[in-house]
Amino acid sequence: MPALTRAAPPPPPQTRRRRRRTVVPYALVAGAVAILVLAMGYPLGWQVVTSLKEFGLEQQFGQPAEFVGLRNYAALATDGYLWTVVARSVAFCLVNAGLTLAVGIGIALLMNAVGRFPRLVLQISMLLAWAMPVVAAMTVWRWLFDWRRGVVNWLLDAAGLHGFSGHNWLERPASFFLVATIIVVWMSVPFVAFSVYAGLTQVSEEVLEAAQLDGASARQQLTGIILPMIRPVLSIVLLLQLIWDLRVFAQIKMLQDAGSTPSETNLLGTYIYQLGTGSSDFGMSSAVSIFVLVLTVALSSFYIAALLREEET
Amino acid sequence: MSTTAAPVARAAGPAVGARGASPARGRRRGSRGNRPRGHGTRTLLGAVAVAVALVWAFPVYWMVNSALLSNVQLQSLTPTFTPFGGSLDNFTAVISGSSFLTALRVSLLVSLVTVAAALVLAFLSALAISRFRFRGRKSFIVAVLVVQMLPAEGLFIAQYKLVGSLNLLNTVLGVSIIYIAAVVPFTIWMLRGFVAGVPIELEEAAMVDGLGRTQAFLRITLPLLAPGLVASGVYAFLQAWNEFTVALVLMQTADMQTLPIWLRTFLQSSAARETDWGQVMAASTLIAVPVIVFFLLVQSRMTSGLVAGAVKG
Repeated sequence: MPALTRAAPPPPPQTRRRRRRTVVPYALVAGAVAILVLAMGYPLGWQVVTSLKEFGLEQQFGQPAEFVGLRNYAALATDGYLWTVVARSVAFCLVNAGLTLAVGIGIALLMNAVGRFPRLVLQISMLLAWAMPVVAAMTVWRWLFDWRRGVVNWLLDAAGLHGFSGHNWLERPASFFLVATIIVVWMSVPFVAFSVYAGLTQVSEEVLEAAQLDGASARQQLTGIILPMIRPVLSIVLLLQLIWDLRVFAQIKMLQDAGSTPSETNLLGTYIYQLGTGSSDFGMSSAVSIFVLVLTVALSSFYIAALLREEET
Repeated sequence: MSTTAAPVARAAGPAVGARGASPARGRRRGSRGNRPRGHGTRTLLGAVAVAVALVWAFPVYWMVNSALLSNVQLQSLTPTFTPFGGSLDNFTAVISGSSFLTALRVSLLVSLVTVAAALVLAFLSALAISRFRFRGRKSFIVAVLVVQMLPAEGLFIAQYKLVGSLNLLNTVLGVSIIYIAAVVPFTIWMLRGFVAGVPIELEEAAMVDGLGRTQAFLRITLPLLAPGLVASGVYAFLQAWNEFTVALVLMQTADMQTLPIWLRTFLQSSAARETDWGQVMAASTLIAVPVIVFFLLVQSRMTSGLVAGAVKG
C-alpha cells in the first residue's frame, strides 16, 4: 500500500522511486534500532544466557562460568526466601495499586465536582507531587518521618498519641511498608487523578442530565453511567500501576538506607540488586531478573495487544 | 532502567490512560462543576478539595521550608512551620561544597547528551513510521512498545557488564547510552503523533512554489514540529535528570555521580554524624526545582503530544 502521497517534483524513474521507498525508512530507523539493540537487546540476551550458567567462587577468580541448564531456576523455585520476596512484592503491588486507584478516582471526582478555584488549587498541588524527583521526594519523606524531629511524630504526639514521640517507623517491617505505601501512593495518585479526570470530562453532560431527570441518584449515576464510560481509562491506569508497583526500587532502596533490615524489607527490585551487586551470583540474579521480566511482560501483554489492535485500524 | 523506565511508562500514562476517552477532542472547559447541586454541598466539596490539596502539597512545602531554616530551628523538638526569618545559608553551604557542582556538571552533561541523541534518533524514526510504509514497520512499533515495559532491575547487571566491557564505566557516555535507549522508545511514540499532524501537502505546496525538498522541510515542516521536539526534549531531560538505578550501578566514583546519586551519598555521609537536614533539604530543593519548573511548562503539551501519538498513525 503506497501510503505516501510524497510525489517528487519530476516523476522519477521507476527504479529510483522503488529504491527510495525501500531504503529510506530503514536508514531513518537504523540509529534507533542500533542503540536499542546495543543497550536493551544485548543485555536482555546476556541476562537470559547468564541465567543458565553457574557462578561460584572460581568464577570470581576468572574461571569461565559453566552452563547448568535450568538449575538456577530450579534452585529459585525451591528457595523459600525468593517466594517470601515474591509474595511480599505481589502483596505490596496489589495494595499500592488498589489504594492509588481508589484515592486517584476519588480526587478526580472531586476535581470534577468543585468550582474553578478549588479545582485549580487541587491540580497545582497534584502537579507538584507528580513532578518531584523520586530521590528528592524520598529525602523529604525521610525527614517527615524522622524519629526524633520528624513532623509526623510531632503531629501524632500533639494529637494526644504520646507513644509516637521518638517512634522509629523504619525499624519494623510492618511500619516500614506502611511508610513505603504512603510515599508510593502519594507519588502515583496525581497521574491517576489527571488521567481519570481527563476521562470524566468526556462523560456527556446530556446523558447525566437525562439520568437525573429519570430520577437516578448521584450514586446510581456514578456506578451506572460514569464508571462504565471511563472504564477504558481505568483499566489501563490500573495496569500501569500494577507494572510500576511490582518493580518499585528507588523508594525501597532509599528507605532501607535509612535503617531497616534489608532481608526483612526486600522486594523483587532490591533483591535482584542485592544478588547482583552484593554476592556476585550473576546466574541467580539473572534468573530472578528474567522471572520479573516475564511477570511484567505477562502483565503488560494485554496493553500491548490493545495498542496493536489500534495500530491495525 | 527502573526510575527511567518507570517514568517512561509513567509519562506515557496520561495520554495512554486518557486515550480511550481522547480528552483532546470535545473537551468542554468551564462547564464542569456547574451541574445543578446544592449550594452548601458545593462549598463543602470545595473546602474538602482545598484541604486535600494542602495535605498533598505539604511534603513539597516542608522541603522548601526546612531548606530555609537554621539548624537551631530544625533541631528544636517543636517544628517550625514557616520560614520567616529563615536564610539562604543552607543553599550557599550546599553549593559551595565542592561535590555539588561536580555532580551538577555530570548531571547536565548526561542529560544534554541524552536529549540531543534521543531527539535525533527518535525524530528520524518518527519520520520513518509516520511517512513510510515499509516491511518491518509493525515489528519496529511493537519493539518500541515492548522495550518500555522492561523493568530496569531486570537488566542492569547485564548493562553494567556491557558498559564495563566497552570501558565506559564512570563516564558520561556510558550512562548516556543506557539512558538514550531507555528514552528513545517513548520519544519516538510522542514525536510520531506530531509528525503525522503535519500534512505532507504543506511541504509539497512549498515545493511547487519553488523550494527544494530540504528547504521545504526546513522552512515549513520543522517549525511546525518544534513544539513536539521541545516537549519530547524536556521529557528526555527530566528522565535523565531524575534517573536513579542505572546511575547507582554505573557511576560509582565520587567525581562521576549524577545529582540523585550525589544526594543519596550526601544523605548517607551526613547520617554518620547528625543529619544536617537543612542542607539535605536545600540539596533536594536544588534538584527538584528545575524539574518542577520544566514539568509545569510542558505538562499539558506532553499530554496532548501523547494523545496525538496514540490516535494518529
